[in-house]
Amino acid sequence: MLEYLWIVPLLPLLGSAVNGLLGAKWPNKMVNGVAIGSTGLSFLCALEAVREFFESGQVLFHKEFFTWIAAGNFRAGFDLQMDQLTVVMVLVVTGVGWLIHIYATGYMAHEGGYYRFFSYLNLFMFFMLILVLAANYVLLFVGWEGVGLASYLLIGFYFLKKSASDAGKKAFIVNRIGDFGFMLGMFLLFRTFHTLDFKTLFDQAAPMQADAMGQLGMFTVACLLLFTGACGKSAQLPLYVWLPDAMEGPTPVSALIHAATMVTAGVYVVARSHILFAHAPTAMLVVAIVGCATAFFAATIGLVQTDIKKVLAYSTVSQLGYMFLACGVGAFSAGIFHLMTHAFFKALLFLAAGSVIHAMGGEQDMNRMGGLSKKIRWTYLTMLTATLAIAGFPPFAGFFSKDSILLSAFQNENGGRSAGYALYGFGLATALLTSFYMFRLIFLTFHGKQRYDEHKVHVHESPRTMLVPLMILAVLSIIGGWLAAPAMLGTGPDYFTKFLQPIFGGSEAAGPEGEARALELTLAGIAVITALIGVAVAFWLYLKRPGKADSLAKSMRGVYTTLLNKYYVDELYAAIIVKPLLWISTNVLWKAADVAGIDGAVNGIAAGTTAIGDGVRHTQSGNTRSYAVWVVVGALVVMAVIFFWPFGGKPVLGMLR
Amino acid sequence: MVPTNYYVILSAILFGLGVFAFIFKRNIITIFMSIELMLNAVNLAFVAFSQALGKLDGQVFVLFVIVVAAAEAAVGLGIIILIARNRQTLNVERVNLLKL
Repeated sequence: MLEYLWIVPLLPLLGSAVNGLLGAKWPNKMVNGVAIGSTGLSFLCALEAVREFFESGQVLFHKEFFTWIAAGNFRAGFDLQMDQLTVVMVLVVTGVGWLIHIYATGYMAHEGGYYRFFSYLNLFMFFMLILVLAANYVLLFVGWEGVGLASYLLIGFYFLKKSASDAGKKAFIVNRIGDFGFMLGMFLLFRTFHTLDFKTLFDQAAPMQADAMGQLGMFTVACLLLFTGACGKSAQLPLYVWLPDAMEGPTPVSALIHAATMVTAGVYVVARSHILFAHAPTAMLVVAIVGCATAFFAATIGLVQTDIKKVLAYSTVSQLGYMFLACGVGAFSAGIFHLMTHAFFKALLFLAAGSVIHAMGGEQDMNRMGGLSKKIRWTYLTMLTATLAIAGFPPFAGFFSKDSILLSAFQNENGGRSAGYALYGFGLATALLTSFYMFRLIFLTFHGKQRYDEHKVHVHESPRTMLVPLMILAVLSIIGGWLAAPAMLGTGPDYFTKFLQPIFGGSEAAGPEGEARALELTLAGIAVITALIGVAVAFWLYLKRPGKADSLAKSMRGVYTTLLNKYYVDELYAAIIVKPLLWISTNVLWKAADVAGIDGAVNGIAAGTTAIGDGVRHTQSGNTRSYAVWVVVGALVVMAVIFFWPFGGKPVLGMLR
Repeated sequence: MVPTNYYVILSAILFGLGVFAFIFKRNIITIFMSIELMLNAVNLAFVAFSQALGKLDGQVFVLFVIVVAAAEAAVGLGIIILIARNRQTLNVERVNLLKL
């Protein structure tokens, strides 16, 4: 299968084409068959390829399928590669993607544009697989832009709704800003290394002199530019604003694209370029700080949101911040580990939230839910699992990945010890906030008094096609982190880190000993206690003393409204970027350049021609004798030209000689 | 031997008369005759120069002009007859259907 690796991305593309071109008239079942079949087959092919990869002794597989662009010494090929990092990504993308496809057949069953939805979703899978399988930056960028396109199409899936189409445009435009940086980064890398192939480039870069801290060398600039792209795609400060709005899309889309896979592409790129980042300590520190700040910032906004999907969206931004924090402190495998576990539990959270919304007949406001736990038991149990996982309780997946990130942040020495402590402190605070807002969500939705009208809303458990993916993801959310468990228990190595060690290097794979182990256990204990505090506060505010939260909000009105309005960031961007841009576009580009300049020139020529014609028209009087005069005048002019024109004069007069 | 100047001056006077009549006369036939006058003024200049320069080119041109003038007369008179039939007049001022 490795030799035919191109089949893995191609299958979803075929599915997309078939559904998109032919699916309009088909019954839903046939569309389902094509969509689920193509992604399922792709998953199987990926599994087989991974099996062969393991069989071959885990050596990097790299194959050039065909040359796409060749110009001078530049070559960009359709080259795919398979290494340990790709294995993780490809299995997450195809596996989780397939489960979400199955779920979507249930969730979207009553929606219009059914074939269109699955065509887009398969298209997304194609581009995402290109992104993770690509063996050079150019092909990666194809996937990178392609997932952006699919994301745009799916956010604006309900395109008749103004807010949905606006959100799609917002996502696309904000991503373009990041992509601009990404492209500049690629150009700089090509200028320096004359190649964009991962292997050749990294082999050249590895022995080079690293930039010093605070020095703005080639590595630092290239890494910061790549990170700008990652900020756009992975919704980090200051480009995170599109992700919460992206919740306008159907819930399976939020789960697949805006939680599990696409938004982690930025983390993947940073991890893939880790050799470059290792040469740029300044860039690393920036990544860590931006990640940490985003994690904390988004978590605070998540505290007060009442839309169930908005809470999850800010939670996603926050968790992505964690992943960047991990990458920034050099713990790339911890970042990828969190990427994987996050894909499991966040996809599950979104799908379960979708199941709740489905049960409530489209209601998303948590203030109008409550007491649902008995009515939709399975949804409740799976969502609780995911919540425990994201809050970081052992033995759920999130505990292990989050713990290794916090540990790495604590041990960070890049930028001084104090930087490490600060990053750890904010990381821990974020963990507290995470556990609080997630359990707030659980308590508001599933516990307490019923706050909806039972006569209007007929609460019902979702169909089996939706519940089975939930259960599978719930199991994964529990066991997904166990790869790192032996290291925690002291019985063996951290298998995940060990697996990725050939790529990221490092010696921590052996499992910490003595003092380091004591530190890890202490930090894990602190993290669990912090999470427990978060749960307790949420329990107290929203179950024990309902109404206490409201009075608290009233007493801290300033803070509360700021958070509720998301720090007025959208308003700030509108004021300092959108409005001036709009003003310039309207008054300079539109009214001055286009209307006055271009239209003015075109219309002016037309008006001038008309005016000249209008004047000359009077020579054609219709009076025969005036024509006679014109003939004479014409003859006189011709004669005058012949005799007095400096050029024409000589030969004519010469005849008279 | 009459100097060439005299022929040329006569030719110019004839041509000027032709132009004057061409512009100011109202009768179509008179206008038509003034055109013939101009053609013949030119013919006169041609033969005069031909004689003065001792070349036959001018005389060839004259024959050519006479042929063209004959053809022109045939077409022109045809048009005049048609105008006279349709409009019952030869006054060029009244042939003004295209007037603004």
